[in-house]
Amino acid sequence: MSLWEYANPVKFIRATDRVLPWLAGLAGACLVVGLIWGFFFTPDDFRQGSTVKIIYLHVPSALMAINGWLMMLVASLVWIVRRHHVSALAARAAAPVGAVMTVIALATGAIWGQPMWGTYWAWDPRLTSFLILFLFYLGYIALWAAVENDDTAADLTSILCLVGSVFAVLSRYAVNFWNQGLHQGASLSLDKEENVADVFYLPLLVCMGGFILLFIALVFLRTQTEIRARRMRVLLARERMA
Amino acid sequence: MRALLTRDLALAVRAGGGFGLGLAFFLIVTVLVAFGVGPEAALLSEIAPGILWIGALLACLLSLDRIFALDQEDGSLDLLATAPLPLEGIVTVKALAHWLTTGLPLVLAAPFLGVLLSLPGPGYAWLFLSLLIGTPALSVIGTFGAALTVGLKRGGLLLSLLVLPLYVPTLIFGAEVARRGAAGLTVETPLLLLAGLSFGALALLPFASAAVLRVNLR
Repeated sequence: MSLWEYANPVKFIRATDRVLPWLAGLAGACLVVGLIWGFFFTPDDFRQGSTVKIIYLHVPSALMAINGWLMMLVASLVWIVRRHHVSALAARAAAPVGAVMTVIALATGAIWGQPMWGTYWAWDPRLTSFLILFLFYLGYIALWAAVENDDTAADLTSILCLVGSVFAVLSRYAVNFWNQGLHQGASLSLDKEENVADVFYLPLLVCMGGFILLFIALVFLRTQTEIRARRMRVLLARERMA
Repeated sequence: MRALLTRDLALAVRAGGGFGLGLAFFLIVTVLVAFGVGPEAALLSEIAPGILWIGALLACLLSLDRIFALDQEDGSLDLLATAPLPLEGIVTVKALAHWLTTGLPLVLAAPFLGVLLSLPGPGYAWLFLSLLIGTPALSVIGTFGAALTVGLKRGGLLLSLLVLPLYVPTLIFGAEVARRGAAGLTVETPLLLLAGLSFGALALLPFASAAVLRVNLR
């Protein structure tokens, strides 16, 4: 029993079918609990007022925007090294989800930035690198859509993902060099003493868990759809041949 | 290798190769920017380094799809792929030819266009130097993009979408060198970073381009 068994599409679909309702249900429960807890049962911040509550959407979506790309990178590597089709399809399935997460992070950040910084947008390193990340997502999705042959598309996009990751990291540090920003430093990390106060931290953790589960559930679902769509194309082609 | 280089150069320079197009485009972008933002010399001289860098970048982008498309149409790309020269070498030569026919003329023309935008005096040398160091990176990255989209029918727009995000670090460091140079500040750090980026891209990206080209020629 190893992870690679799920490279078999039938096994993948069977296994994900079993966990998908749980994942989706848990994601929904986490989001409902976390958001309601965050929005209605936490005190207002003494300087930011109630706008601080947008953190429950902003931070988790930003988390998943970056980790979504990371997941695509891993899946692309698996495709290049071991040629498992499910892996390529999972990378393809994750891209739009990650792109949407990036948009959510950018939009909620802009809405938060207006009352706090007095501007919707500033060319701050973090904001700028997220915008660049979004462009990378767009290019990746467009390349998938443009190439007709599935295997060729998988190869091309996985190499683009590798090269893009390197350049995304480069851009991250380049914009840091280019402009100093308004955005605060990391206020959540495992190894730091001082984090966000616990009243805000706990519901935020629940929301982050909810977004992670939601991302996994959506990727599983979309991967299943991709597998089934590909199967259907094969069946149709076979029908036409007969 | 040398034969391929001279062939590519000859094809680009002779009639129908579109040799001067990039330069003309660069000139027009510069002129249009002046029309767009108005003729005040103070404003123009402040944004001149960035405008010239963007103009060079766009002119570079414009000619990217010619790197492989024509060779693919007449089948010579397949011949090149089966030639004894490794594909990585071919890709590097292609990028070099692109740089010699597009990047280098842009670098040489940039100081003259700087006059149009009233670039401050100390900026000329740094603009020239930053473009000289940075445009090879643009060519190499662009070759990767061209290799990605070589088999596609309407690859032009997609090529821009794929390549432009990859150009971000080069543009930031290059324009920063030119800007700091024009303002009379020290340029050492961005210049070194730009050079590192350029050499890194030159050393590593041909492998990715060749891998992509192999997939596309399958």
